[in-house]
Amino acid sequence: MRAPADEAELAEAVAGAEGPLAIVGGGTCGVAVAGEPLSVAGLSGITLYEPGALTMVARAGTPLAEIEAALEAEGQRLAFEPPDFRSLLGTDGEPTIGGVFATNASGPRRIAVGAARDFLLGVRFVDGTGTVVRNGGRVMKNVTGYDLTKLMAGSWGTLGVLTEVAFKVLPKPAASGLVTIQALSPERAVAAMAAALGSPFEVTGAAHLTETPGDVPGTMLRIEGSEASVAYRLERLAALMAPFGNVAKSNGADWARVRDLTFLEGGDADVWRLSVRPTTAAEVVARLPEGARVLLDWGGGLIWAAVPPGTDVRGAVGPLSGHARRVRGGGGGPRFPPEAAPVAALSAGLRAQFDPRGILNPGLMG
Amino acid sequence: MEMPAPDARVMARKARIVQRLQEAVPSGGVIHDPAETRAYECDALTAYRCPPLAVVLPSSTAEVAAALKVCHEEGVPVVPRGAGTSLAGGALPTADSVILGVARMAQVLEIDTASRIIRVQTGRTNLSVTGAVEDLGFFYAPDPSSQLACAIAGNIAMNSGGAHCLKYGVTTNNLLGLTLVQMDGTVVELGGAHLDAAGLDLLALVCGSEGQLGVVTEATLRILPKPEGARPVLIGFGSSEVAGACVADIIRAGLLPVAIEFMDRPCIEATEAFAGAGYPMCEALLIVEVEGSDAEIDEQLGLITQIARGHDPVEVREAASADEAARIWLGRKSAFGAMGQLGDYMCLDGTIPVSALPTVLGRIGEMSAEYGLRVANVFHAGDGNMHPLILFDANRPGDLETCEAFGAEILKLCVEVGGCLTGEHGVGIEKRDLMSVQYAPADLEAQMRVKDVFDPRWLLNPAKVFPLGASAARRAG
Ligand SMILES: Cc1cc2nc3c(=O)[nH]c(=O)nc-3n(C[C@H](O)[C@H](O)[C@H](O)COP(=O)(O)OP(=O)(O)OC[C@H]3O[C@@H](n4cnc5c(N)ncnc54)[C@H](O)[C@@H]3O)c2cc1C
Ligand SMILES: Cc1cc2nc3c(=O)[nH]c(=O)nc-3n(C[C@H](O)[C@H](O)[C@H](O)COP(=O)(O)OP(=O)(O)OC[C@H]3O[C@@H](n4cnc5c(N)ncnc54)[C@H](O)[C@@H]3O)c2cc1C
Repeated sequence: MRAPADEAELAEAVAGAEGPLAIVGGGTCGVAVAGEPLSVAGLSGITLYEPGALTMVARAGTPLAEIEAALEAEGQRLAFEPPDFRSLLGTDGEPTIGGVFATNASGPRRIAVGAARDFLLGVRFVDGTGTVVRNGGRVMKNVTGYDLTKLMAGSWGTLGVLTEVAFKVLPKPAASGLVTIQALSPERAVAAMAAALGSPFEVTGAAHLTETPGDVPGTMLRIEGSEASVAYRLERLAALMAPFGNVAKSNGADWARVRDLTFLEGGDADVWRLSVRPTTAAEVVARLPEGARVLLDWGGGLIWAAVPPGTDVRGAVGPLSGHARRVRGGGGGPRFPPEAAPVAALSAGLRAQFDPRGILNPGLMG
Repeated sequence: MEMPAPDARVMARKARIVQRLQEAVPSGGVIHDPAETRAYECDALTAYRCPPLAVVLPSSTAEVAAALKVCHEEGVPVVPRGAGTSLAGGALPTADSVILGVARMAQVLEIDTASRIIRVQTGRTNLSVTGAVEDLGFFYAPDPSSQLACAIAGNIAMNSGGAHCLKYGVTTNNLLGLTLVQMDGTVVELGGAHLDAAGLDLLALVCGSEGQLGVVTEATLRILPKPEGARPVLIGFGSSEVAGACVADIIRAGLLPVAIEFMDRPCIEATEAFAGAGYPMCEALLIVEVEGSDAEIDEQLGLITQIARGHDPVEVREAASADEAARIWLGRKSAFGAMGQLGDYMCLDGTIPVSALPTVLGRIGEMSAEYGLRVANVFHAGDGNMHPLILFDANRPGDLETCEAFGAEILKLCVEVGGCLTGEHGVGIEKRDLMSVQYAPADLEAQMRVKDVFDPRWLLNPAKVFPLGASAARRAG
């Protein structure tokens, strides 16, 4: 394992590489790529934090925990709610901020505030030739040149190795609340979530669990804000949801189950993530193989499904208004969805430009 | 501002090119009479003008593809155009180029409020997107001041923002999918009604690429439920620096208004003379808007005015009625028009970290004296996106040049304090040659490599965004 201590060393390591490199942040995603491991963990530390400007800059290998602790101390947070999939994937180690942005890791609040990519303001990265490239900056609004910053988000280390990321953070609200509706079918749950997300009450989480501790399917809607505002909107939202069934409301909200998919830990099921047009979610769920264990997030826009190992999920659900990616397990076709020819050609063209030798996580994305 | 010399070989083939374009666009809409192409000689950066070889206004994606194919085969540069409101010269033609406008493509293709999306042809104006969903209780969030005129096409190409972006983000945060036609006529579908990319985030790359990667003909946009209510407060201050400090304090306190707008004395005076909104005459003012129910608004405005009172405001004016709210916004919304009454102006668009506001405002004041040109400031303060307006007289020899030099100094200052050249208007031709202030050669090279992939012959809007020297070899090829 190569473990450079700074950007210059990392650039040298990439420039001098004689074969494929497997880029590693915290290593918690556990995806094996053929190649010599290149760790970014040595590039660590917060380099700038301006709470008054809602911005932080950190080296890519900085542990997520360190970032979250620094933000917590100032009453701020990463609003896109990156999940912790260590229990789901059965991995250990410390997730890094670079790994979070490289995979565009975003949780339930994505529906309201945007994904990791929407919070990324600027990057420094080393491309496949060992050249250091800077893009974006550390300000909220920036249209100076092409947005390579967002391109790097979710590129899984296949275009370059992130060395530093600048991102937007948000204040942590004082209170949160939860409205739950019990025993809805996926179809009714999606309709209820659509009504909630189409209301002015600023729902920051909308999920439907088919497996709950109480064994009754539960639809969860989250509200956040000041104490008074949460109390008011909980009331209004509960009233709006009343026609859908048995509604309850409570203060506080534990979303770890939705965010981290803890109920799927252990076992040998393959876990898939389907990103779809919300109004098609119930149909898609109905086409999943018998016995699939399902959680709907993002108001139905995100379907998590645990299926028997090797299940061809793409084949089972048919053409999607969206796409399917495997997150755990090894069967059922390529991990990342195949793309239409013109899109695949552009993606391949970009990889050839940024990584002409094809040495960065080769074959991972396609 | 230098533009490359037109290709005489292309100009000599005008008749043939026009004929082929007419065949490619059977619905009509090919304009080639010099008396008519003149209408397309500039965008809102009116200091620079040049009539194009011809103008094509297709009425479908298929026609756009056919027209582009012709231009590709003939080696003709193409300048995509929406409504021509760019302030950066993004839609400025060259004499050998064809303007490809989407103005005839303005339909709503689909509205799905349960999935919170609308799909439109990109010639549709920004405001009429909201217009299409308003009765359903929704709106499209990015709201450039030019929203009555500008098209979604230009919004996507420039990644435009607006006053309410502090809360809702800019175009890229509200764009879910699009149809892109590449220079060779290939039609590409990116994204859709789902939230994230299947592979590389090409959607993010196209948004803000200033018409250099392809022509965007359709877009799927995120729509949001209208808030229960919204109300602004106007706060006047004894100095720009103090107003700037108040902005940072509001944000630091964890409050998230939908908008924090800033105007300084020269701008207040001009808008008062023009629109008579009844603003207090002070050195600087902020308009802060919050959303929610009445009680929620009261709570937030209470906290905001409490912070403001710590900065010795000369006036705090909460809107007590819809009418008062409209009057508070009236001045801000007429600011650009008002400045236009005073004479010619150049509108800058640099962004700085909010914490640098007081310093930068102070420096701009000093530079104004050094250059002998007046400056008025009106901008989106919450996200540090400044709009210094430099006043000059286009009829006075040398004034434009002095103004441009002054503008360049201000933008360099923005970069120096950790900001950037442009927050929402784009680079175009205007800031093209300043790109090397913000980016090293390797950074620009990485961006140009993207264009190599999408448009290998560099025919789409070729002389924009990158310093001419940096892109010369590619454009020649
Ligand atoms: C197949 C799969 C799909 C996933 N999909 C999602 C999802 O859709 N949403 C979600 O929220 N979470 C998802 N995750 C979880 C997410 O990947 C992790 O939360 C996060 O990557 C953990 O950070 P890490 O530092 O441990 O990353 P690692 O496990 O070290 O790396 C994750 C990936 O990012 C690359 N990478 C890491 N650091 C860098 C860097 N500095 N520069 C460039 N590339 C780097 C690695 O090469 C690897 O491909 C997924 C995990 C897996 C295994
Ligand atoms: C008074 C005034 C106020 C303004 N206020 C704001 C503001 O608040 N916020 C803001 O962000 N901007 C503002 N602008 C700038 C301008 O309105 C925006 O940049 C707008 O998005 C341009 O849209 P348009 O349709 O007019 O584009 P055009 O001017 O026609 O073109 C702009 C760019 O987009 C490209 N383009 C156009 N159509 C396409 C297409 N179909 N495919 C690919 N590329 C294309 C062009 O080549 C060009 O580079 C303002 C302008 C004015 C005049």
